[in-house]
Amino acid sequence: MARTLFEKIWDAHLVDKAADGAATLYVDRHLVHEVTSPQAFEGLRIAGRSVRRPDATLAVADHNVPTTARAEGIRDPESRLQVETLEANCAEFGVPYFAMDDVRQGIVHIVGPEQGMTQPGMTIVCGDSHTSTHGAFGALAFGIGTSEVEHVLATQTMVQRRPKSMRVTIDGALHPGVAAKDVILAVIGAIGTAGGTGHVIEYAGSVIRGLSMEERMTVCNMSIEAGARAGLIAPDAVTFDYLRGRPLAPGEADFDRAVELWRALPSDPGAAYDREVKLDAAAIAPLVTWGTSPEDVVAIDGVVPDPADARDAGKRAAMERSLAYMDLVPGTLMTEVAVDRVFIGSCTNGRIGDLRAAAAIARGRKVAAGVSAMVVPGSGLVKRQAEEEGLDQVFLDAGFEWREPGCSMCLAMNADRLEPGERCASTSNRNFEGRQGRGGRTHLMGPAMAAAAAITGRLADVRDFNE
Amino acid sequence: MESFTTLTGVAAPLPMVNVDTDMIIPKQYLKTIRRTGLGQYLFDELRRTPDGERIADFVLNRAPWDQAKILIAGANFGCGSSREHAPWALNDFGIRCIIAPGFADIFYNNCFQNGMLPIVLPQADIDTLLAAASGCGNHTFTVDLDSRTIAHPGGEIAFDIDPERRRRLLEGLDNIGLTLEKAAAINDFESRQRSAAPWLYA
Repeated sequence: MARTLFEKIWDAHLVDKAADGAATLYVDRHLVHEVTSPQAFEGLRIAGRSVRRPDATLAVADHNVPTTARAEGIRDPESRLQVETLEANCAEFGVPYFAMDDVRQGIVHIVGPEQGMTQPGMTIVCGDSHTSTHGAFGALAFGIGTSEVEHVLATQTMVQRRPKSMRVTIDGALHPGVAAKDVILAVIGAIGTAGGTGHVIEYAGSVIRGLSMEERMTVCNMSIEAGARAGLIAPDAVTFDYLRGRPLAPGEADFDRAVELWRALPSDPGAAYDREVKLDAAAIAPLVTWGTSPEDVVAIDGVVPDPADARDAGKRAAMERSLAYMDLVPGTLMTEVAVDRVFIGSCTNGRIGDLRAAAAIARGRKVAAGVSAMVVPGSGLVKRQAEEEGLDQVFLDAGFEWREPGCSMCLAMNADRLEPGERCASTSNRNFEGRQGRGGRTHLMGPAMAAAAAITGRLADVRDFNE
Repeated sequence: MESFTTLTGVAAPLPMVNVDTDMIIPKQYLKTIRRTGLGQYLFDELRRTPDGERIADFVLNRAPWDQAKILIAGANFGCGSSREHAPWALNDFGIRCIIAPGFADIFYNNCFQNGMLPIVLPQADIDTLLAAASGCGNHTFTVDLDSRTIAHPGGEIAFDIDPERRRRLLEGLDNIGLTLEKAAAINDFESRQRSAAPWLYA
């Protein structure tokens, strides 16, 4: 019977299936960070349990780490305790750990792929919702809570009900200036922030096939913002080329054998999905968000929508609340909205390709007066690569700050945060109320668009820069 | 894990859609290395001004809902971050049951890991419960997991739940302990995988 990519990975990892349909699924790789793991390690300790497969586990601190000079350490005592707790737990349980002064340190979802830990056909989990990123390699990757982190540490399995499947097909050609971030924002805008609930989304179509590995990660990363359990993209030559030679990928002796197995993963012709969605690439413009949900997307040459046009009373109330929080008036041109801050980074858009795209806009230009703009590379290796290419100097010359790697102002757990009322053009993934700091106002967009906003001091159409 | 059988208490109405876990428990409280003590920060930015003053008209700041054990909420409750601190904060506040037209998957699953019961009902039933929780007079509901019913001052509503999840909640079973009983199957899986793809094992 024809099977989907999702079904193949699912079936290959079944350890046990109970009569009621609950499946015990083997977990190939487990990524761990400091925020969602302390209570899990504590649980192991209390129960006298060990980590079943330290060799399949990798830990790194990312959420709390400062993006200022590493030598200064962590000033906030609670953040410091959390990172020190992770270090101590990794030492006690034998889990490999990338310390803050290790060049390989970075955001967990940038580090895993960069090291070649993320591979096609794997099951991967992490106590973090953006674990969906790893689906870009054709790996089934779930974000989980702390209790499940403990369960995976102890048993290397998770108990799951089988999700439904959805295929989102995007065919056609993207217009110039339209980035991977616009593709996923368009998907979320189309199906809504709960549209993928209970489903694993497989992204397909000519647009997806034409994306680089990094762009595919941007797309899969925000599957959770569409409510999905996971995102998936079928592995192909782009995937295999990316992986070859990476430290944790199969070595030269095994690589061809691994590729042979990976080639069998893509969905069979005729495989059935529970739901199909199709998008026309030509209809996707550079997008920004106007509200406080990632589904609140609008073309950059559009206007702030009017709650009077909402389809029902519930949606109208939510829109009115969003507009009040965002301090926006319906009908305003998006390009007239002035910004105070710009954040380029995060697990969504903190890879080298993202920094190149932003630098291409920043090169030879200046950040607008009164705007504070920062670039936070996704990992130490991304930072080093960018510096080798001279991108740091491009940003610094333009008036951007060039920081150390981490999650930073995507969730503002460290010192990088918005002040009340500040408006930010951000390449991150969530525009929730207070996400980047209490009272802060977030507009989501791609890295070139964020750089364009920094230069103009307003939300800006990147197509005006590409002449 | 604590079992869940019946729960009787005040039900609070929170008819907002897309309540995200950042809203339930803001990031500055995720720095804890404990599971307890988060109830005081539940819905922090809705309950307190930046200066720390109580926002009097927020439902969980008003009697009798400041004693709520049940929350009636809008669609897609618990979306966003996977932080289990969200159900921990609700639980610590005293809310062990959330009733909504739909939940985000990770939050929904996290509730069951903590002896908490999320219930999905059609919007029409939610509207009935919101009205019952909002009116004046009696706001006490009883949720009975065994009989799968919610008794409220105006009547009774039945709900559905996955049988295995129900059993684990009723008995307060230790999920890790149950899986460890399958050690032989896990060992078998690993030896099969190790011969098919040895590079997956260091």
